[in-house]
Amino acid sequence: MHEPHRAIHRHPLFKELEIRRGRHSWLLTGLVLVAYFAFILTVAFAPHWLAIPIREGSSISWGIPIGLLLIVLSFVLTGVYVHRSNVVFDPLTRRLLEVARDDPDRE
Amino acid sequence: MTRTGNRTDGSSPHVADRLRGPGWRCAVPLLLCALNPELVLAAPQAATAQPATTTALAMFAAFVAATLVITYWAARRTRTTRDFYAAGGRITGLQNGLAIAGDYMSAASFLGISGLVFATGFDGLLYSIGFLVGWPIILFLLAERLRNLGKYTFADAVSYRLQALPIRSLAASGTLAVVLLYLIAQMVGAGQLIQVLFGLPYATAVMLVGVLMVMYVIFGGMLATTWVQIIKAVLLLTGATFMALAVMAKVGFSLESLFSQAIAAHPEGNAIMAPGGLVSDPVSAISLGLALMFGTAGLPHILMRFFTVKDAREARRSVFFATGFIGYFYILTFVIGFGAILLVGTNPAFLDAQGGLRGGSNMAAVHLAKAVGGDVFLGFISAVAFATILAVVSGLTLAGASALSHDLYASVFRHGRTSDVEEILVSRVATLALGVLAILLGIVFEKQNVAYMVGLAFAIAASVNFPVLLLAMYWRGLTTRGATVGGFAGLAAAVLCMLLGPTIWVEVLGNERAIFPYKHPALFSMLVSFAVTWLFSRVDRGAQARAEAALFDAQYVRAQTGLGAETARGH
Repeated sequence: MHEPHRAIHRHPLFKELEIRRGRHSWLLTGLVLVAYFAFILTVAFAPHWLAIPIREGSSISWGIPIGLLLIVLSFVLTGVYVHRSNVVFDPLTRRLLEVARDDPDRE
Repeated sequence: MTRTGNRTDGSSPHVADRLRGPGWRCAVPLLLCALNPELVLAAPQAATAQPATTTALAMFAAFVAATLVITYWAARRTRTTRDFYAAGGRITGLQNGLAIAGDYMSAASFLGISGLVFATGFDGLLYSIGFLVGWPIILFLLAERLRNLGKYTFADAVSYRLQALPIRSLAASGTLAVVLLYLIAQMVGAGQLIQVLFGLPYATAVMLVGVLMVMYVIFGGMLATTWVQIIKAVLLLTGATFMALAVMAKVGFSLESLFSQAIAAHPEGNAIMAPGGLVSDPVSAISLGLALMFGTAGLPHILMRFFTVKDAREARRSVFFATGFIGYFYILTFVIGFGAILLVGTNPAFLDAQGGLRGGSNMAAVHLAKAVGGDVFLGFISAVAFATILAVVSGLTLAGASALSHDLYASVFRHGRTSDVEEILVSRVATLALGVLAILLGIVFEKQNVAYMVGLAFAIAASVNFPVLLLAMYWRGLTTRGATVGGFAGLAAAVLCMLLGPTIWVEVLGNERAIFPYKHPALFSMLVSFAVTWLFSRVDRGAQARAEAALFDAQYVRAQTGLGAETARGH
């Protein structure tokens, strides 16, 4: 059971997968964290900013579109992640598993 | 307001101050309950219990009948442990997404958040957002690796390279603590809600919920639980969509008009369009944010759902769909809450003698159902609320039973040497025991303040389950000793901070001043958990620790590529 793992771990394609997917995941995670905590800290420190109407005379405050945007952003980013995984990382993983199976001794 | 309410009033006078005016006074207890991550239903007034309508009863009976048919169908397909715990791994991404959304959209979310929006406007949105943003994080960091490494419970993934006995004991403790706290809160909320909606006595309602959930889980396992969850999610989304559309139709599909009419109708006026002191100091704000975000990523009944799909790809799609449904649902509850300000808060038919909402503060959405759809739609929404409770407690019970039978019995006591038949039997006995316990605790806690329980459950999930799971996957240096000591330290910290904090020490136990000043412990308990885990892993230099580190590469390859992962057929 451990041999194929070792071969894959040494494989350059694995390094590529690891680095590219890691960068992608942490970038998206960072985006969500920054957006959410920026919002929460605004609520804590400067709630009046969110009370400003979106235009003169409107009853809609900036808080509403910003809040809804955070919900939509969460969904869109999960979509981005799934899409990129499907078109980039899944094929890369498949190729890696095939190469490792066919040629387990490759250095 | 009775029971749950009053005891919490003293803690946030400025919040209470905001809520003057007849239609809104009643919302204070709910609001304060809502300071805990998942909204717990505040005690409704028993005196205003309304008699069950025939439509509500008929629709509820139809739902129960349908779910029992599904349970019968599922029972015939539940033979192996893989069937029982993970529905054979044959659930699709879309189905699982709906089921996850169903687990998450509890009656407390639906009635609680819409009630919170009704009472405070914008502040309701803060909670919706907090509940949602945990999902992308779960997807980006955990979902696929969890699916690749685990089998039935998240402890499978953590004990891949760490020692089974201490790790599974820790995971089972974390799981059972979360499940029991959550179950009690749901049972008490269920009993009180059903009392109001259907006029059933509290104890009868709790027993009815308990018996049905035990039947679903014992006979139908994960397959029945998943389908109950899916049906309920579809019903809830349909009902909420109809209500939101009806509200928008009344205001000519203009948001501008919706908000300006709401401002005119609400005693708070313009203040409902901005944050209003729900989250005031930065430490509490960050701590609550962490609990909402990472608590979600440590809920055992949610994590378990990732094993019901075929592979990592489907696990990924599940979260995508779940995030979409949950986000959509929260936008609907926001519209529903604002709609209730216009259509319920201004209508004396929905207010009691004191000017509060009839039936209690969580009834905004229920009254709105009557206002926009008459008695038939009111019956539909009442039945959906009941169905929602049933589905959520079933998922919780199954997660708790799995911790007992799979993590403790099969792995710790029998060291993995059990047959499928034996393990399923133990799991069914555990389900029955949890069901009886849930009913008893539901009755015992009827008149207690349970609002803190879900908050504590989220804090524990964020400080025990989440750190252990994350570090096991990402940090080579994690050792069994570090994970065990750190996990239990996080558990102790979460419980202690909560016990000595304003919620329990002052509001429940009636002491003068809180020893720990913040309501939300997650920031501190997560720090304790991560720091202790790191420290004890670093000083752990034994042969066992070296062997565990050596296994990391194999685990890492499996997590990244799915090589050797559990497949739908099992091994």
